Parts: sequence; structure tokens; C-alpha cells
Amino acid sequence: MPGQLNLQFPSPDNLRVVLADSWLLTDSRPSPDDIALQLQSRSDIHSISFDGTAVTQWDSGLLIFLARVFQLAGEHSINIDPDGLPDGARRMMTLATAVPAKEDTGKHSEHPPLLERIGLRSLSMWRAAPEMLQFLGDVTLSFGRLLRGTAQFRRSDLMLIVEDVGPHALPIVSLISFLVGLIVAYMGAVQLAQFGAQIYIANLVSLGMTREMGALMTGIIMAGRTGAAFAAQLGTMQVNEEIDAFRTLGFNPIDFLVLPRMLALVLMMPLLVLYAGIVGITAGMFVAVTAFDISTFEYYQQTVRSMAWTHIWVGVIKGTVYGILIAFAGCLRGMQCGRSAQAVGEATTSAVVTGILFIVIAASLLTIMFQELGI
Amino acid sequence: MEATTVLYETDPDAHISVQDLTMAYGDFVIQRDLNFTIRRGDIFIIMGGSGCGKSTLLRHLIGLKAPASGRVLYDGISYWESSPADQQRIKRGFGMSFQSGALWSSLTLAENVALPLGEYTDLTAADIAEVVSLKLSLVGLSGFEEFYPSEISGGMQKRAALARAIALDPAILFFDEPSAGLDPISSRRLDDLILELRVSLGTTIVVVTHELASIFTIADNVVFLDAETRTMIATGNPKTLRDESPDPRVRRFLNRGEI
Ligand SMILES: Nc1ncnc2c1ncn2[C@@H]1O[C@H](COP(=O)(O)OP(=O)(O)O)[C@@H](O)[C@H]1O
Ligand SMILES: [Mg+2]
Repeated sequence: MPGQLNLQFPSPDNLRVVLADSWLLTDSRPSPDDIALQLQSRSDIHSISFDGTAVTQWDSGLLIFLARVFQLAGEHSINIDPDGLPDGARRMMTLATAVPAKEDTGKHSEHPPLLERIGLRSLSMWRAAPEMLQFLGDVTLSFGRLLRGTAQFRRSDLMLIVEDVGPHALPIVSLISFLVGLIVAYMGAVQLAQFGAQIYIANLVSLGMTREMGALMTGIIMAGRTGAAFAAQLGTMQVNEEIDAFRTLGFNPIDFLVLPRMLALVLMMPLLVLYAGIVGITAGMFVAVTAFDISTFEYYQQTVRSMAWTHIWVGVIKGTVYGILIAFAGCLRGMQCGRSAQAVGEATTSAVVTGILFIVIAASLLTIMFQELGI
Repeated sequence: MEATTVLYETDPDAHISVQDLTMAYGDFVIQRDLNFTIRRGDIFIIMGGSGCGKSTLLRHLIGLKAPASGRVLYDGISYWESSPADQQRIKRGFGMSFQSGALWSSLTLAENVALPLGEYTDLTAADIAEVVSLKLSLVGLSGFEEFYPSEISGGMQKRAALARAIALDPAILFFDEPSAGLDPISSRRLDDLILELRVSLGTTIVVVTHELASIFTIADNVVFLDAETRTMIATGNPKTLRDESPDPRVRRFLNRGEI
């Protein structure tokens, strides 16, 4: 039978709460509202006692009821005499109401209002700027040590990272470059065909892929693939105190962790960009030959005629700059990572966003710069 | 399909019976021929050196891993011979506090405790909130409802994990090295809490620990696993074993804590 509640007054200032039958969480239970009413209406009550002899079984259902009663009694400054409760329940309530030893943990305020949040965000972004510059300085110094041959890192780490950012990225770079080449060629060809100038697909694709799109698409792929991985690796090391361990043993974590990652991308990005260009041009040829009646040889000749070494250099320089920025963003966010598993996720997201943001800014600046220089 | 329940004859006091249990990862046998019973309402301790298979045994006792051979019975019911629905019902009676705490890091303490309540009971949101604050106050964490696990200390995380483990009023509570990484005072408090839960709620409690202090203050019975012979070398009351065990390894460990 579900729990029964009965209120008695053995004396005018004493409220006796008589409990009976089964008080389980899963049953329907009487609510403590009756008791609240009594306490409100009768100000002469000075103590609450219990009679739990008829309770057949109980679990947390009884305890949350009692917790409410204890709370009500506290609000009305009424004494509680728990002796009549089932023995275990009495002990659990003693435990639950024991004042815990004071424990201090870091900050934790409630959710601030919108305007304040915007302010806090802006302030934290403002404060992040010097941190970023500091990191830039550290990395530059580290490159200086590399040139002088005093940078401390394991060559085998570098090889592993190179393998991961270079050869292992080929499948996705191939796929995306091929698609981009295909799209550029097809979109261009439809327009050019109106003037009977389909052969200029070759110019469009070779110029576009080598100078802009190859570097840009590879950059974005690498930001998602490698920048995120760097942030997750370094972030996890931060959480496990591995980076602290490096510092304690006198290793410079920038040399040991950041430098090989930056180097790997600097070495691999130019190759990936060249590769992306070749794949894109192949895709263009595929479109031209299959859909627009241009022979492979014609396309090849037109491509060679339209190409210049400067286009290739411009693309490779852009790609290298993107690579540096991606590695920088990934390592920065990884090193800044907080100390929890959740922080690793945030660092990863932030690395990708920062990386792509850097790429977009750099792409604009470089394009303007090359324009001004007339390259 | 007809749900079948396989019942075995066991001691009427026995809550969990382990019979001829062999545990293995693939072909790699961790422990073989384990036989012991855990009585209802007992605090039962699993001891043994690092890597001898204590956590693995716990995984077998909570239905996370199937025995290579032998069986684990709960009130005479063989877990691995029961239907999935029965297994689910048996598991509902378990609470587990993992070695690493295993609190869900993206949820607050309150949400950690509330999640099983929301999934497995029909309680209203208000009732759940009351149960959550009750459980957190039982482990001395009232006021920390809105904190994330990363924002509290290791000892508090262990207690929060305990609050989650007792969310559903389990009949059996399992602890994997509850005091590992805790200072002596925090670990004493956790021991007191475990004792209190047993006395007040009559919960059967199974603990993996190395702490001699815990073993003698809280354990009713123990089982001692050996890494070398890959089997158990003793089971029974720890004080009796310390004074009377025929096996010198057991006496040495229980006297001095050396394995
Ligand atoms: N998932 C697994 N796969 C293979 N072997 C494992 C696995 N987990 C643990 N082991 C091995 O089982 C043995 C017992 O491990 P464990 O139960 O964690 O020991 P304990 O908790 O007593 O320290 C160890 O030798 C360990 O290497
Ligand atoms: Mg273990």
C-alpha cells in the first residue's frame, strides 16, 4: 500500500507526524503540504516528532519527504525530534543535514546578463591579444634556436608529424582538389562555350588552381584536419600535465612540441599545394575532354602556354603562409587549453575557427600585395 | 521468445555468488576458478596486487563483461543466462563508482545525478530535483549542484560519483579503489560514508581496495586474488585471515600491507 500520512497533536505545541505503509520513490506519496499548512496556521507548534513504526518499506521517497519537513521546520524555527523515525532513515537524515566541512573551489557565479557577457567576451578577447603575441614571440625565438641548431626536439617526432600532415592528407586533398577543378572547369566552360572559346578552360583552370584555389582549398582542409589535430594533441597533453612535466624537466615545450608541428606544415604545405594544382588541372582536362570536345593534347598545350612560373610561386608562397598560420593557430589553442576534457573540445573548435580566420585575412592581404607588386 | 530465468541453488544469505569463474581477455586468462559468495548487507572487499584482475572481476560482477567460463549469480539468478530484459532489471539494482570517478564532464553535478533518475524512473522534474539535492547532501556536496566536475577537487569528485551511484537506491554498490589518490582524511570520510550506507540502507557493498585501514574498519569479508598463480588464495573475514590463514602471503599482506 502506498505511504500514509497522519498528523496528530499529542500536546498543543507538538506536531506528531505519523507515517505508515510503503514510502517508495516509485509509489505515489503524500505531499508535505499538509504539514506546511499546519505550521503556517498554528504558531504555537514548537516541535515536530515522528512515529514511523508502521512504515513497511522505504527508500529515497521517504527521505525527500523528510528533507522537505526538516526544511519547513527550519524555516519556522521549530525543533525536530527524529527519534521516532525508522532507524536507517534517521541516520540518513543526520548525514544529509550535517553541515559539510567548508570546501572552497574556484569561481562560480550564476549566468551573467547578456550585456555583461558581451563585455566579458570583449575583455577576454582584448586580453588574449598579448597572449597571442607572447606565443608568436616564443615561436620566433624557437625558430631562431632551430637555425642556430640549439633547438631541443626529437627528429623522430618531426618525421611522424610530417608523415601525418603530408602523405596521410593526400586522399582528402585529392578528392577536394579534383572536385574544385571539376567545378571551375565546368562553370567556366559553359560560359566560354557561348563564344566558342572552350579552349580557354585550360587557362582558367591552370591559373585558378595554381595561383588561388589550390592553396586556399588545401589550407582550409589542413585547418580542419591538422590544425584541429594539433590543438587536440597539445590540449590533451595540457590536461594530463604532460606539458608541465616537460617544463619541470627543463625542456622548452615550444621547441619540443610546437616547433616540429610548425616545421612539418611548412615543409608539407608547398608540396600539397603543388599536388592540389596538378590534380585540379587534371580534373579540368577531364571536363574539357569528355564534355567539350577538346583533345588531351590541345588542352595540354594550352595549359603549358598559359602557365608561368610566377603563378606557381605565388600559389606555393600563399600555401606556405597558410600552413604557418594553421600550425600557429592549432598550437596556440592547444597550449592555451584549459584543464578539462571539455576544454580540449573547445580548443579544437577554436583552432579550426582561428585557422580559417587567419587564412581568410592572409589571402586578402597577399592578393592585394601581389597585385601591388604587379606579380 | 519466452523469457527464461535460470535459478541455481545458493546459500539463502548469498546476494552474489561467484561459481567457478574464469576471466579472460581473448585467450589471455586473468584469473581462474574463482568461488566465493557475497552475503546480503555485507561489505565485501576484493584485494590483490596491481594488475591481478580486481577491476576485471568488478566488471564481471556488474555485467559489463561475460565470463570465459563459470557464472555470477544474483539471488540465485544467473546473469548471463537471463534474457536481456532480466539483465536490464538486475543491472538496475547496481550502483558503481568507477576508479577514475567517471563523472560526465559536460554535465553539472546535479545533471550527473539526475540523468539516471530521468532515464529509469517516472519521477517529475521537481521530485528529481529533490532526490538530486538529497543525494548530494548525503555525500556532503549540497550547494555544489551547478558545478562541473572539473571545478571540484578529486575527493569531491569521488563523492559526487558516489552520489550518482546511489541515485537509484541500488541494492548493491560497487567501488573501484574509492580512496586511490585521496588524502587519509578524505579517504576516512569516504569509508565512514560507505559504512553509513550499509547500516542505514542495508546495501550490499563490494569494494576494491589496498588500504589496510579500510579493510579492517569496514570489511565483513574479503577475497584475495593472486597475480602469480592467477587464482584466489583466500576468502573470509580479514581479521580471522590475518591471524589464522595457512597462506603466508595472506598473513604478510594483512599484517604489513605488503603484497
Ligand atoms: N581491455 C583489456 N584487454 C586486454 N587485457 C586487459 C584489458 N584490461 C585489463 N587487461 C589486463 O588484465 C589484467 C588485470 O587488469 P585489471 O583488472 O585492471 O587489474 P587491477 O584492477 O587488479 O589492477 C592486467 O594484466 C591488464 O593488462
Ligand atoms: Mg584496477
